[in-house]
Amino acid sequence: MSDLLTVLQDTADPRPEKLAKILGSTPQEVENELEELRRNKTLLGWMPILNPIQGQSEQVRAVIEVKISPEREGGFDRMALRISKFEEVESCYLMSGGYDLLVFVTGKNLKSVASFISERLATIQGVLSTATHFLLRPYKDHGHLLAEETENQEKPSISP
Amino acid sequence: MNSENFIADHVKNLPRSGIRDFFAIVSEMPQAISLGIGEPDFVTPWKIREASIFALEQGKTSYTDNRGLLSLRKEISKYCTSFFGPDYDPVSEILVTVGVSEAIDIALRSILNPGDKVLYHEPCYVSYAPSVTLAFGEPIPVATTPGQEFSLDPEAFEKAWQPGCKVLMLNFPTNPTGGTADREKLERLAKFAKEKDLIVISDEIYAELTYEGDHVSISSLPGMKERTLLLHGFSKGFAMTGFRVGFGCGPDWLIEAMMKIHQYCMMCAPILSQEAAIEALRNGTEDVLQMRDQYHKRRDFVVRRFNEIGFNCHLPRGSFYAFPSISSTGLNEIDFCHRLLREQEVAVVPGTAFGEHGVNHVRASFSTSYDKLVDATDRIEKFVYCLDSENKEPAAV
Ligand SMILES: Cc1ncc(COP(=O)(O)O)c(C=O)c1O
Repeated sequence: MSDLLTVLQDTADPRPEKLAKILGSTPQEVENELEELRRNKTLLGWMPILNPIQGQSEQVRAVIEVKISPEREGGFDRMALRISKFEEVESCYLMSGGYDLLVFVTGKNLKSVASFISERLATIQGVLSTATHFLLRPYKDHGHLLAEETENQEKPSISP
Repeated sequence: MNSENFIADHVKNLPRSGIRDFFAIVSEMPQAISLGIGEPDFVTPWKIREASIFALEQGKTSYTDNRGLLSLRKEISKYCTSFFGPDYDPVSEILVTVGVSEAIDIALRSILNPGDKVLYHEPCYVSYAPSVTLAFGEPIPVATTPGQEFSLDPEAFEKAWQPGCKVLMLNFPTNPTGGTADREKLERLAKFAKEKDLIVISDEIYAELTYEGDHVSISSLPGMKERTLLLHGFSKGFAMTGFRVGFGCGPDWLIEAMMKIHQYCMMCAPILSQEAAIEALRNGTEDVLQMRDQYHKRRDFVVRRFNEIGFNCHLPRGSFYAFPSISSTGLNEIDFCHRLLREQEVAVVPGTAFGEHGVNHVRASFSTSYDKLVDATDRIEKFVYCLDSENKEPAAV
C-alpha cells in the first residue's frame, strides 16, 4: 500500500495540505497522487463514517442471504451485478457456504426495505430464496467502537 | 513537632524530580497538547486486557509464588531466548517484578554496599540517580553526547571509571534520547566490564521499539550472561504501563538476593497483571509490531518537522522520544518549555529533567496521534517564528 493510502486511513483530516505535511511532500504532489488513485479506481470515494446511532437514526438496515441459480455463462456474476445496481443495495458479496449472495440493504423505514425485498429482489428470475435479517443495534462500525471507552481522565499529561 | 526531623536525611536531600514541577503547571492547562507523556498512547491490546478479565472471573485473586507465576516465567524464558538471546532457567534465573521500576530498586539494594559506585549514562530515565542514592550508592553519570546521537560511548565509560565502581547501568534504547547501542560498542563495553569486574544492569524496556536494525542485548555477548541483569517489562512495547509488571533475568545468586527483598517489600506482582502478561507474550507480539510501525511513522514525521523548524534533531533509533536541541532559539531548555507552554500551549519536557547533560535539549514524545503531532509541531513552528521576529525587532529600529 502506498504511504499516502496508509496515512489516509490513519487520519481524520484528509486535506491535501495536512497530508502533505505528514508525508513531507507538497499539496500538489498529494493532489496528483490522489487523482491517480481515483483514475485507476483504487480510491473509489470518500465517506464520512457516521455513528449509526446518532447520525441516521431513522434508517433501517438489513442483511439478506440470497440463493440464486448460476448461469451457464458468467456463473453468478450477471445476477450479482443486477442485484447490486439497486440503489437500496449498500454492498453485495458472493459467499461460500449455505447461500450465494450476501446483500446489505438500507431504507428509510421497515416498510420500504420489506417492499424492496418482496417486490424487487425476490421476484427477480433466478432468485431462488431470500432470508432477511434486520440489524437491530450496532456496537462496532467500520472499525469504530460505538460505545467509546471513556478516556482515562487521570492519565498524567506529563510523565517520566 | 518538627516534621523535618522525622524524614531520613538521604530522602530529605533527594532532589524533586524536574518532571513533577512541570507536571504541576501542565495539569492546570487541560487544553494544552502534551508531548510530555512517557507512556504509550495506545490502550493495552484487547486480548491482553481480556485475559486479565477472564482471570478475574475465574477467581484468580490470590498471591502468587514470590518469583511470579511459573507459567509466566516459562513464557518469559522463551521470549528472552528468541528476542534477546540468552537462555534463562525459569525456576532460578527469572524474577517477576512490579514493573522495571521495582526491579531497578531491588537490584541496586541487593548489590550495593554504602559508598559503592554506579556508572550510568546521562541523560537518562529520572529514577536512576535517586535509586542509587536510596541504596546508599554513589551515582557516577557519564555523558552521552549529541555528536554521537546519544548512542553508547564505551570510551566515556572507560574514562569515567574510578576505584569503587561496582555496577554499570545501561538503558538502550534510551529514555529520553532514543539513543541505541550497536554490537561493536557493546562488545567493547563488555570487555571493559569484565576487566573491571563490574555487574551490568541493562534496562532494555524499549527494546521492541527499535526502528533501525535489530536490538542487541549486552546479555547475549559471550561471557556476559553471568554478570548481567537484564531488565525488561510490558509497559512500553506492550502498552501495559498500568498493569505494573516487569521482570529481571540474571545469574541465580543475584535473582535469589533480589527475591529476598522482593518477598518482604512486595510479596509478588499482582496476579491479574501476571495473567495479562502471559497472554501478551503468547499472542501479543503482532500487536507490538503494529504499534511499533505507528511510532516509526510518527517518528519520521516529528523529526523531519523539528529539523524544518530549525532545531538540530537527530533520528532517535529507538523508544518513542525525540530529543531535539533547541539552542538555535537562544532560549535555555527551561525557559523554552515554559514559554512554549504559555504562548502556544504545547508541553515538552526540559532535557535537564533527565540530568544536566540534557542541557539545551527538550524531550518530545511521539506517543501521540498524528493529528495532535501535526498541530503541536505547527504551534512550535509558530512559537519559534515569533521568537525570531522578537529578536529581530530591536535591530530594525
Ligand atoms: C528507561 C525506563 N526504565 C524503566 C521505566 C519504568 O518502567 P515500569 O513501568 O516497568 O516500571 C521507564 C518508564 O518510563 C523507563 O523509561
